[in-house]
Amino acid sequence: MKKQVSLATEYTKGLWDQNPVFKQVLGMCPMLAVTVSAMNGIAMALATTFVLTFSSLIISLIRKIIPTQVRIASYIVIIATFVTIVDLVMRAQFPELSKALGPYIPLIVVNCLILGRQEAFSSKNSPFRAVIDALGMGTGFLIALASLGGIREIFGSRTLLGIQVMPDAFEPWLIMILPAGAFLTLGLMMGFLNYMALRKKSREEEEILSRHLQQSTMSIAKGQEA
Amino acid sequence: MELILIFISAAIVNNFVLAYFLGICPFIGVSNKLSSAFPMGLATTFVMVLTAIVTWLIYHMILVPYHVEYLEYVSFILVVASLVQFVEMFIKKVSQPLYRALGIFLPLITTNCAILGLALFIVLKDYTFIQSLFYGVGAGVGFTLAISIMAGIREELELANVPKSFQGAPITLIVAGLLALAFMGFAGMITV
Repeated sequence: MKKQVSLATEYTKGLWDQNPVFKQVLGMCPMLAVTVSAMNGIAMALATTFVLTFSSLIISLIRKIIPTQVRIASYIVIIATFVTIVDLVMRAQFPELSKALGPYIPLIVVNCLILGRQEAFSSKNSPFRAVIDALGMGTGFLIALASLGGIREIFGSRTLLGIQVMPDAFEPWLIMILPAGAFLTLGLMMGFLNYMALRKKSREEEEILSRHLQQSTMSIAKGQEA
Repeated sequence: MELILIFISAAIVNNFVLAYFLGICPFIGVSNKLSSAFPMGLATTFVMVLTAIVTWLIYHMILVPYHVEYLEYVSFILVVASLVQFVEMFIKKVSQPLYRALGIFLPLITTNCAILGLALFIVLKDYTFIQSLFYGVGAGVGFTLAISIMAGIREELELANVPKSFQGAPITLIVAGLLALAFMGFAGMITV
């Protein structure tokens, strides 16, 4: 039997090690489309987390009943049900936000992140673990969307969450709020994160290497003394 | 004339991939080689056209008369899933090599946001039957165009010396960004 990891790791793995956007490249469509501002990104991530958590719970509860041949179709129907709930609630409670996100709320149905988690995790784990995993992945998604939305909002419209942060003398970069800006910003962000990870790794390797070098020079010196 | 405008608008000006960010997953996943990207585009186009027809009929013949519009998402996604299944069976029968080349990405057409997005946009824009048909064909052609151009660029990119940290997804996204920039040149040409 596979070793059970602790609940804390189950949650935190989604934040960074297996971050759905930066590490697994899942859920790209909403990631790029709605991150014109930080607020939109956060709203989208919260809606996605809601759907992800509840569909994970339900699917994990009935995972032994679903026949394997029709599992994908059953997952999609369950997910679509929760998306309908989110859509109706948002239309009633936050009409402006719902208008800004437009067709991307219903498109949560086909977010590969959600289906991917059901297939990879909920269908094999207990309901409690599935919910923890879903919350972790949702938080990771939130981090990614909020940071991309924040960067695009600061440079594209001088504001962050609607509050002006850049001086008036700063000319907004129109490109940032256009589609091309989304691709470029995310590409550069991912490249930068990879660069940091690689640098950290190579620094660790260097340290080990220099320690080995020191030891070997010392032993040589000792040998000469003798 | 209006129909031609809808077609051009969906294919080029408001390209599904580069302007609406729909269908990014296959756009990044299957755009390694032109020989698999182009058939993928064609398969997607085929599913798109069928989806446009079937979802229009379902929405206007079943959902609206019975006032159950809130079942939109559930019914649309079921239609898409079964259509993809149908296309998969069809390709398997007709061309075994193509079936093997597309492999895992065929079932993934189901979760291609471009397909469901198309169905939703048709409802949103309140198109007639003929208009939605042209819209579906346009969107499919646009997707095929984008993914084929992308595959062409990425084949050249294999020979380029990309910094290690930018290899894979980051460089693909940046190329897509430049491509979107180029397609922006068409913006404002038609407003449909």
